[in-house]
Amino acid sequence: MSKKLIDSGNNAAAMAVQLAEAEVIAAYPITPQTPLTEKLSEVIAAGKMDAEYVAVESEHSALAVCIGAASAGSRAFTATSSNGLLYMSEQLHWAAGSRLPLVMCVVNRGIGAPWSVWNDHQDAMSQRDAGWIQIFAKDHQEIVDMTLKAFRLAELVHIPVMVNYDGYYLSHTYMPFELPEAKAVQEFLPPYDYAHTLDPEKPESLNTVTLPYARLDINGVKRPGYMDIRHNLHQEMRLAMEVWEEIDADYAQRFGRGGAPILDPYCCDDADFVVVAMGSIANQFHVVVDRLREEEGLKVGVLALQIYRPFPTAKIAEALQNAKGVMVYEKGLSYGNQGALYADLKSALYPYPNRPQLHNFIVGLGGRDIPTEDLFQTLKTACLNGDRNSPEQADTPQWIGLQL
Amino acid sequence: MSTATKTNVVNLTTEEFVHPGNRACSGCGLSILYRIGLKALGRDCIFVVPPSYLTVMQGLYPIAASQMPILNGTFASTAAIATGVRAAMKRRGKQTQVVAWAGDGGTADIGIQALSGALERNEDIIYICYDNEAYMNTGVQRSGTTPQGGLTTTTPYSGKKENSKNLPAIVAAHNPAYVATCSASYPLDFHDKLIKAKGIRGLKYFHIQTPCPPGWGCDERMTIKIGKAAIDCGLFDLYEIENGKKSLSEPSKKLLNKDKMRPLQDYLKMQTRFKALSAEQTTAMQERIDTKWAAYRQDFAAQ
Repeated sequence: MSKKLIDSGNNAAAMAVQLAEAEVIAAYPITPQTPLTEKLSEVIAAGKMDAEYVAVESEHSALAVCIGAASAGSRAFTATSSNGLLYMSEQLHWAAGSRLPLVMCVVNRGIGAPWSVWNDHQDAMSQRDAGWIQIFAKDHQEIVDMTLKAFRLAELVHIPVMVNYDGYYLSHTYMPFELPEAKAVQEFLPPYDYAHTLDPEKPESLNTVTLPYARLDINGVKRPGYMDIRHNLHQEMRLAMEVWEEIDADYAQRFGRGGAPILDPYCCDDADFVVVAMGSIANQFHVVVDRLREEEGLKVGVLALQIYRPFPTAKIAEALQNAKGVMVYEKGLSYGNQGALYADLKSALYPYPNRPQLHNFIVGLGGRDIPTEDLFQTLKTACLNGDRNSPEQADTPQWIGLQL
Repeated sequence: MSTATKTNVVNLTTEEFVHPGNRACSGCGLSILYRIGLKALGRDCIFVVPPSYLTVMQGLYPIAASQMPILNGTFASTAAIATGVRAAMKRRGKQTQVVAWAGDGGTADIGIQALSGALERNEDIIYICYDNEAYMNTGVQRSGTTPQGGLTTTTPYSGKKENSKNLPAIVAAHNPAYVATCSASYPLDFHDKLIKAKGIRGLKYFHIQTPCPPGWGCDERMTIKIGKAAIDCGLFDLYEIENGKKSLSEPSKKLLNKDKMRPLQDYLKMQTRFKALSAEQTTAMQERIDTKWAAYRQDFAAQ
C-alpha cells in the first residue's frame, strides 16, 4: 500500500531515493540541501536503507564518488545546491560525457557573490549545457515521482538526470504527498545493470583520450571520434524526451499519477495569454490565473515547463500556437542578455507561423519575495497593454519587485 | 620492520599485464614501474587515473596498452573516484583492489584535497603517486614537488625558488594504514611493497621518485643510475611507515653508515635541470641532507 504523508520536500526526496534503492550516496552539506542528506545518512545508519554513505570533503568529490561507483556498476545518488553545484561543474560534464546514469537533486538556491542562501534558479541554469537532463518539480508529490522516474530515465538513456526543486519554497515547507509502496517501486525500477562496468574479468579502459577522428579498433571496427561521441549524446538526449513520456505513462498506470511529463498546462485550452514558468512559481500562478479570469475576464493560462534540458522545442512551440501573448517568468538570467528560458522559448517559436508577443519577467532572485499580487498586476498589465511596447521594449526583461 | 626484497629477476612472474608497444618515451621511469607494479598487483584490480603521462601511455581510444580495467577521471578527484569504485566493489562483496595511480601534480597539487579526504576516511585503496617532479605530460612545468633550483618551463633561467613539498610526510600525518616511498630504480622493492600493501586494509600510499629523461635533462640510458644516485646521496629516502613507525628500506638503510653516502653533486651533475644551481645553493642543499641523516642515525640507531 502506498502511504500518505505530510513532510518536507527534502524528506520527500530522501524517501524517494530510499525507495529507488540507491546503493552509493556521496554528499557534501550545503544549505538548503542539508536535510535531504541528513535524512539519508540517518536511514542508512539506522539500518533502514542498505547503501554506502560516503561523507566526502567537497562537492567535486561527491560527484567523483558517484562517477566511480556508477562506472563500477552501482546505482549512485548525490544532492547539492548553489555554489556546490558550481564546484561540481567539471564533474557534471564528466558524468554526462561518460554516459553515467546518475541522479542528483539540486535544491535550487542563488549563487554568490554576494552570499545568498535563498531560492532562485541561477544554479541550475548555469549548468544547462553540461549534458544533463534537467527536470523541475513544482510540489512535494512531483519531487517523489520525478526522482523515481529520473532513475529509470537515466538508466535507460545513459544520461544523468538533475531533479530540481526550489530551496525553502519546497525543500523546507511541509506538504501532503503519497509515497509508493517499495515492492511496486522495485517492479517499476529494476536493478541497475551497466553494460560497460569496470570489471577485471572483462577489462575496459573508460574515458580514454579520444582523437578528433574516428579510428579502427584492433578488430577493425570503426570507433567514434570525440565529435561523434558528442553528436550521439545530443541526439540521444533529444530522444530521451520520448523515453521520459513512456516512463511517465508507465508510472501513471502503476501509481495513478502523471500525464504531464513535459508540459503541465493549467487553463491553457482557450487561453489568449499563457504564462510559462518552471518550479513552484508555476503553481503559484494558478490563483493568479483564476483571479484574472474571474475579475478581468482575461483568458489566461499557465504552462509549467517540467523538463528544461532537453528543451521540448516543438512541443512548447505547438502548445503556444493559439496564444496572443506569452509571459515568461523566471528566477535566473543570462547576464547581458535575457532570461535563459525566455531566449530558449523565443528561439523555439521562430520556425512556427504564430509568434506570439513575448514578455520576460525576472523574479525572486536570491529569495526576493514574490507576492502573488505582483504576479497578478504584472500579468494583467502585460495582457492588456503588452502590444503597445516597441519591439525593443517588449524584448527587454522586466524585473519584478526591485528595491533600488 | 624493514622489507627485504624477496622478489628477484629469476622468480618475478613472466606474465605481462601491459601489451608490448606503448606511447612512453624510451628510458621512461614510469613504464618500468607500471610494468613491474602490475605484476605485483595482479589481475583482480581496477585502476583510477587522472590526467598524467600514464593517461597517454595507456593508449588513445580505441587502443589500450594495458590489459586492466581503467577509469580515467578528472584531475582533482582521483582519490574520490577510487573511493566510489571501492564502494561499488563493497556492494558486490568483491575484494578487487582499487588502485589510484597519479602523478605529482595530480597528487601534491590539484589532487591533494581529495587525497586528504580519502586518507581521513581511511578508504581501502592503494594510492600510487609517481613523482617525476614536474608536470611532464604538459611539457615540464613546475609542480609542488619540483626540487629547489630545478629548471622547468615555468621556472626558467634561475630555477625554482621554493623547496618541494614533502608529500609522504603530509600523507603520514593522516596516520594511514601504510606509507611507502619507492624509486623507479628499485622496481622490485616497489613490487614487494605492493605485495605487502595488498594484505593491508585501509589506505596504502606509495610515493615513487620517477626519473624522466626529457624532463630532467639526461640521456635515456641514465634513468636507473640517476634514481640510484638520488638515494645514495641521501636526497630521496626509501622507507615504509606502518602503524606510525618508520623504517628505512634496504637501499637507503646502508646510508646509516656515513661512509656510504655519495655527495649530492654526483646526483645534480647528471641532469641539466640543476645547471642553474649556485655553489651556495648546492652547499645549503647538502647541509639539509646531512642534518636529515644525522637525525636518522639517531632515530634508527637501535635498528
